Amino acid sequence: MALLQIAEPGESTVPHQRRLAVGIDLGTTHSLVAAVRSGLPEVLPAADGSKLLPSVVRYRSDGSKEVGEAALLAAAQDPLNTVVSVKRLMGRGRMDALRQRSPYRLAGDEQDGTSMVRILTEGGAVSPVEVSADILRVLRDRAEATLGDELVGAVITVPAYFDDAQRQATKDAATLAGLHVLRLLNEPTAAAIAYGLESGAEGVYVVFDLGGGTFDVSILRLSKGVFEVVATGGDAELGGDDFDATLADHWLRSWGLDRDALSSSEWRSLLRLARRLKESLCESVNDQTLVSQEWMRDDGSRPLALTSRQAFKELTEPLVERALSVCAGVLHDAGLNRDQIQGVVLVGGSTRLLNVREAAQNFFGQEPLAHINPDEVVAVGAALQAHLLAGNRPGGEDWLLLDVLPLSLGLETMGGLAEKVIPRNTPIPVARAQEFTTFKEGQAAMAIHVVQGEREVVSECRSLARFELRGIPPMAAGAARIRVSFQVDADGLLSVSAQEKTSGVSAHVEVKPSYGLGDGEIAQMLEDAMTHAGSDMKARALREHQVELRQLIESLSEALAADADLLSHSERVELEAAMSAGRQVCGGGHLDAIKNALDGLGRLSGPFAERRMNRAVSQALKGKSIQTF
Amino acid sequence: MNPSRSEAPKVMGPTGQTDFSLFGLPEQFSVDESALDAAWKRLQSVAHPDRFSASSDFQRRVALQWSTRINEAHQVLKDPVQRATYLLSLYGRSIEAESNTSMPVDFLSEQMALREALDAARERPEPHRGEALAELRAHCDRALKKGFGRLGELLDAHPDDDALDRAVEEVRALMFIDRFRDEI
Repeated sequence: MALLQIAEPGESTVPHQRRLAVGIDLGTTHSLVAAVRSGLPEVLPAADGSKLLPSVVRYRSDGSKEVGEAALLAAAQDPLNTVVSVKRLMGRGRMDALRQRSPYRLAGDEQDGTSMVRILTEGGAVSPVEVSADILRVLRDRAEATLGDELVGAVITVPAYFDDAQRQATKDAATLAGLHVLRLLNEPTAAAIAYGLESGAEGVYVVFDLGGGTFDVSILRLSKGVFEVVATGGDAELGGDDFDATLADHWLRSWGLDRDALSSSEWRSLLRLARRLKESLCESVNDQTLVSQEWMRDDGSRPLALTSRQAFKELTEPLVERALSVCAGVLHDAGLNRDQIQGVVLVGGSTRLLNVREAAQNFFGQEPLAHINPDEVVAVGAALQAHLLAGNRPGGEDWLLLDVLPLSLGLETMGGLAEKVIPRNTPIPVARAQEFTTFKEGQAAMAIHVVQGEREVVSECRSLARFELRGIPPMAAGAARIRVSFQVDADGLLSVSAQEKTSGVSAHVEVKPSYGLGDGEIAQMLEDAMTHAGSDMKARALREHQVELRQLIESLSEALAADADLLSHSERVELEAAMSAGRQVCGGGHLDAIKNALDGLGRLSGPFAERRMNRAVSQALKGKSIQTF
Repeated sequence: MNPSRSEAPKVMGPTGQTDFSLFGLPEQFSVDESALDAAWKRLQSVAHPDRFSASSDFQRRVALQWSTRINEAHQVLKDPVQRATYLLSLYGRSIEAESNTSMPVDFLSEQMALREALDAARERPEPHRGEALAELRAHCDRALKKGFGRLGELLDAHPDDDALDRAVEEVRALMFIDRFRDEI
């Protein structure tokens, strides 16, 4: 795509008009937004200078919300209405939430357990998608305030092992927050981009991500511009918080105190102290240097908390060992030896701990890449990708991320077995179709259950969707030919359709997404948000559609300049008339008229787009053929 | 997954274009893998939806269809068994892998022997089991390599009817070995 030039005909265009796009790391404990400014990626701070936004939202009885630091501070005294770690609930049902020992009051479809969990707060029931949208909205506002303009879109990162339901939930949250998703990007891939590994470095890389509450290891294979996630593993209950708790428990033991004897505020203050001293260890002169601070108890006593790098290392060795055994397991899954690893990338604030860093270095036998702030590296990579996707190609830099399907997609067959239709690691986008038949004479309906996962038994895979094909005409058993088609797009998101072939009758398809929100629900939420937010939101929607229409007309003008010969005279006249009508509508303030113009112009230009693409593809290999083949 | 997005995916391309011609490759069994991968990347750099993230919905849909088609063709051409199957289909020959399972007796008894060897290998204690499985894998790799060599000879230079018949048989045998290797 060429750069967008927002200018009326006759006006001069602004040279090098920037199209603002951001990268967002929507994390379990905190989230960040980054953008490329003056050619360099940087994390955008809030007005108070803080860069990490705690991923915490508190819902009050008066309908107001607190997001970030304020909500985090309130979490202890108002735990039921303050949602933390919502990422663990994305695309998950009530039963999943119960299994995770989620502390909230939960609601969800009891009958079939297939709708996404709802958290009951005094501000009303909220889905994980809405909670995430509230976090994303703060980041969007922060970005627009800092960059001084509206965003054309965002790249949002997700863990490599996220399934379709979790990815779809993340995309829905962004839509709800008014963000156009340019791409969902795997977190380890984002980290690799931040280190520039996509520019030529072929080989196998390990991304070692130790955050506040979770540990993830991913093995990436980079070859010819394709990022393949070879294996992932992790421990959802291992993070920096565990290091703090281990240190705090050690002090309590040394003072002859028991954790149960502490008030909850005392325990929290001790944890904060542990974190502070832990962080200060990085600056110690040597391993024996002692760092200490008095801890103030409720009764006024002040025991001295004391540690050194050496002591901390010994204390937390079991935690580090856990992380390393996960690494060994993931390497084993990938069928790789340590000496086949070309590089190790450190991600997550806890990889600043020197003993963690040393352990990773010793385990992999090489110095890890760590010069980019490990809290920010994922957001930075996402920002670089967003900048590129928005159409800014700094200094001719260009790369294309070709992703693979993270988990196999399959269908339930007789006996509760999962039959794989698209195996994991297939490059996406991809489409596959599979034919099924009826097993009873005159069978009029067929239930289709789409699952995701590597296991052979359906009950051990993730349920993605169930739908029923109805209206199959009466036929002998085995005579019907039902073709089920899967399409996975570049974000790894699935859509499914089905059709009965022999009769020519197109059977009715009803897709019921498990643990998802229906399109209708999302539309309703958006509408609600519009109504409640009043004129501000409406003005915003109008501006967004104006920009979209202008952009479409602009890109059509460029397309016409290049490939007008692909249209007949009458087609061209019709398209140009619609474009000039669109220009007139665009200046007016009627949202519906603009939407209509967008739809109409989109439809009318369809065949043109198709022919241009055919031409582009058939010309892609020309001129190259002599050297290459 | 949203119901409204579930239009039937169309894998399309101008008529008359084969997976080979899409990649600018000659219609034969032997493929220059680096040329294949280079062409794949080049085609995706034109057609991938990421190139159209700011374009109209329709344009993005066209890009998705093309990008899907390019990936599909790449998968087919990259895998020798799939490539041979596809090439034979261009000559009007079907492998009939599902409906026609009759194979020469010699081949079947060899397959039976291999399966018995696999079962026996699995019973053995480590490290002997690992070694036995590795040996079986190597055996399959040698068989596949030989088979691909024969397919090249049969299919690369204007195959006649007899060559096509023999190629069909060869592909069916290789499918057996390929599947067996996956099971090890």
